[in-house]
Amino acid sequence: MEKEHLLSLSATALGAAIKAGKTTAVEAMEAVFGRIGEREDINHCYITVDKDAALEKAAKIQKRIEAGELTGPLAGVPVAVKDNLCTEGMLTTCASRILENFVPTYSAEAVINLEKAGAVLIGKTNMDEFAMGSTTETSYYGATRNPHAPEHVPGGSSGGSAAAVASGECFFALGSDTGGSIRQPASYCGIVGMKPTYGTVSRYGLVAYGSSLDQIGPLAKTVEDCAAVLEAIASHDEKDSTSVRREDTDFTSGLINDVKGMRIGIPGDYFGEGLDPEVREAVLQAAELLKAQGAVVEEFDLSLVEYAIPTYYTIAAAEASSNLERFDGIKYGYRAEDAEGLHQMYKKTRSGGFGPEVKRRIMLGSFVLSSGYYDAYYLKALKVKAMMKKAFDRAFEKYDLILGPVAPTTAPKLGESLSDPMKMYLGDIYTISANLAGLPGISVPCGRDGKGLPIGLQLMGDCFQEKKLIRAAYTFEQSRGEGEK
Amino acid sequence: MAKEYETVIGLEVHVELATKTKIFCGCSTSFGGRPNTHTCPVCTGMPGSLPVLNKKVLEYAVSVGLATNCNITRYCKFDRKNYFYPDNPQNYQISQLYLPICRDGYVEIETAGGSRKVGIHEIHMEEDAGKLIHDEWEDCTLVDYNRSGVPLIEIVSQPDMRSAEEVIAYLEKLRLIIQYLGASDCKLQEGSMRVDVNLSVREVGAEQFGTRTEMKNLNSFRAIARAIQGERERQIGLLEEGKAVVQETRRWDDAKETSYAMRSKEDAQDYRYFPDPDLTPVGISEEYLEELRARQPEFRTEKMARYKSEYELPDYDIEIITGSKHMADLFEATVALGSQPKKVSNWLMGETLRLLKEEELDSEDIRFSPENLGKLIALTESKAINSTVAKEVFEVMFREDVDPERYVEEKGLKTVTDESALRGTVEEVIASNPQSVEDYKNGKEKAIGFLVGQTMKAMKGKADPAGVNRLLKELLG
Repeated sequence: MEKEHLLSLSATALGAAIKAGKTTAVEAMEAVFGRIGEREDINHCYITVDKDAALEKAAKIQKRIEAGELTGPLAGVPVAVKDNLCTEGMLTTCASRILENFVPTYSAEAVINLEKAGAVLIGKTNMDEFAMGSTTETSYYGATRNPHAPEHVPGGSSGGSAAAVASGECFFALGSDTGGSIRQPASYCGIVGMKPTYGTVSRYGLVAYGSSLDQIGPLAKTVEDCAAVLEAIASHDEKDSTSVRREDTDFTSGLINDVKGMRIGIPGDYFGEGLDPEVREAVLQAAELLKAQGAVVEEFDLSLVEYAIPTYYTIAAAEASSNLERFDGIKYGYRAEDAEGLHQMYKKTRSGGFGPEVKRRIMLGSFVLSSGYYDAYYLKALKVKAMMKKAFDRAFEKYDLILGPVAPTTAPKLGESLSDPMKMYLGDIYTISANLAGLPGISVPCGRDGKGLPIGLQLMGDCFQEKKLIRAAYTFEQSRGEGEK
Repeated sequence: MAKEYETVIGLEVHVELATKTKIFCGCSTSFGGRPNTHTCPVCTGMPGSLPVLNKKVLEYAVSVGLATNCNITRYCKFDRKNYFYPDNPQNYQISQLYLPICRDGYVEIETAGGSRKVGIHEIHMEEDAGKLIHDEWEDCTLVDYNRSGVPLIEIVSQPDMRSAEEVIAYLEKLRLIIQYLGASDCKLQEGSMRVDVNLSVREVGAEQFGTRTEMKNLNSFRAIARAIQGERERQIGLLEEGKAVVQETRRWDDAKETSYAMRSKEDAQDYRYFPDPDLTPVGISEEYLEELRARQPEFRTEKMARYKSEYELPDYDIEIITGSKHMADLFEATVALGSQPKKVSNWLMGETLRLLKEEELDSEDIRFSPENLGKLIALTESKAINSTVAKEVFEVMFREDVDPERYVEEKGLKTVTDESALRGTVEEVIASNPQSVEDYKNGKEKAIGFLVGQTMKAMKGKADPAGVNRLLKELLG
């Protein structure tokens, strides 16, 4: 198959082509590495790639496909995995110096599930350090660039995964979403990204940032790909106490081009101050399109939106401050040389091993958990979180889905956000609610701004209503046409 | 007039639970493996690993709570206690602060002053840490995570005790309850039961408690009693000199019979406790509680009453046997195999206690099986061996749990019942001890004892002394 054509295929289309004998897993992998060779110097999507292992694995998988052992839609399809998901025998850094030499002896459950489905690992994608950031600039290993405009960021924290999908350096990727880290880079890079309901994908082997908010999900070229990948990675896992036993993980059954009668609510509070007019316009047009397809679309007041950011940063930072304590130089990872005694070793290791954004969140988290402040900050944030969940429950009594923007703007330029963390934090306003309430959310491309940068449409559903999300997103994608992408 | 002081004591007791696997992973809890062989990503704090609660830990904790009259928390949670130390692989310990599994219980203790209740403030579940080993040779410190994640419960009492005697009575009571439940072997020396003593003194009649200290490193009941005495005197000494007691943690040195300060309240760390988001809250249903209530074993008081009515044992025997779950189990199992209760008790009261004392062992360390004890009793009952041989065999059985039947057979220790062989030996003994024969015939009854002894010696002990006695009398007419 001609290489450019092959690289333009979606993951499921490639899987079908391999199954039909039109191409092979090895040919697809070679095409990916060809593209990596051309673009990686600029994009810097990956922290680690292992070409030899990938090609060897692709050959093995190809044999199993030919033998009829692997028949799933992702068999033979090259995949990139965010570097905070453990991969047995392959460096897993979380884009941090402190894990610069960490090679896990186990793989994340989601990665194991993908391997079972026959997907072939290319390597590990760049990200914000420990998934803390919205631009992939906080990586110790350098920033990733937006394939649509190299002077712009790809978003974050799963920026490497999103950019790799958008540039054809992989066919699909896994990311993690704690406050929008899948949906926002998907939006900035013009691809589809989905965060499932909390508990749908096992977190075992995902290096934790905010444990009560983290979910693994797909970044892909199409809604169909997202549904297929989610179907492959979702599983009940006894190794994860927060994993949910679900019978309805046949997500591809939601790929229906029809939204007639579907009730879609647009929270007025998502369209207030701070929203870029071009983004606003594109998202409202997307709503009109769904309306034209038969959906019932109306505006409503979600409430509590202004509390989302302080609530999120309190909870996520608190959990992170504890989750990141294990990185101490004792057992694995970077250890500072020339330290006198235990305490100096801890201090030098952690001072040198973590970047400034991670330190900022560790300090913030330690503060809100400290004696005398716990009730005023952490406990209060948990209460607000519960109230927000109730606000969503009320909304979902009336609506099947909630529609809004993914981010207030399109991708900013490199360097713009790091100088102003507060501005970066505010950029998460539309995505973090889904994490606080445990809801599924999807980001679908819905146009471009004047500079040609992609704009994303966000749909959120009630817990366990991924199929509704997939249905609406699929319908939108089909009726949007290529020109709107 | 000298002031009179009252001692106020509360205890924090850590108990290592007897589960086969660790509290949050499937690794073995067995003792003594090579370093870091009973470990996995979870109990070594590897990135991305997650804890999953071992249901048996919950069951033991709830059972101990029920047996100590606690309220069981129906919606309990685990919290993270954050502190940096290399034996703690995550640098937080998973414990319970806000919603511990059991609260507000008590146990009844008996002392010379009568019986009284000691309140239990709470019982919570938590994980143990690893062990640091300093290598003097290489001048480095190594860490062994085999113990990391071994389940513990911490039983926190109210400050209800006033003397070492009450403390020991409370600990004995707790230990028996937990042993009877099979939840732990509770050995202080081996660290499966660890006791921290919180102690303060105040003038008799005072309403406020004094400033307390916490004493650690107490490895025996004796050390606990001495530490209480020592700390009471130290605090009274300070107060008498007009000085203040400092709230601090102290370490007891039992060899020097003194303690020294480890850290004061000012150095106290902020543990930044918060609910562990990796573990879901534990909901406890009424059915679950009912099931555990129904499974509560017969505790000591009930057992004592039953031993009296069912086995008609003397109070002394009952006291000793029920004072150890292991001994009580051994006793009941041996009786169940058909031995007469008092005979079993006699072996336990006599030879067993003697050898335990000699070897400085605890009743929990008894190794021989009820089957073997039963066989030994049967051998003596059938007069297959005499009592002297039986004691010899018992000693071997005590140490190596040998099968007495096989041992007696192999060593040829069976009493010779062959009348003609015995008769021959007795005749020889009579022939070679004319003086004693003479004495006996002159009415010295005691002389026959010497002749029995000589016969037993000639038979290498393998004769029934009563039979020998009878035969001698017969032959001496």
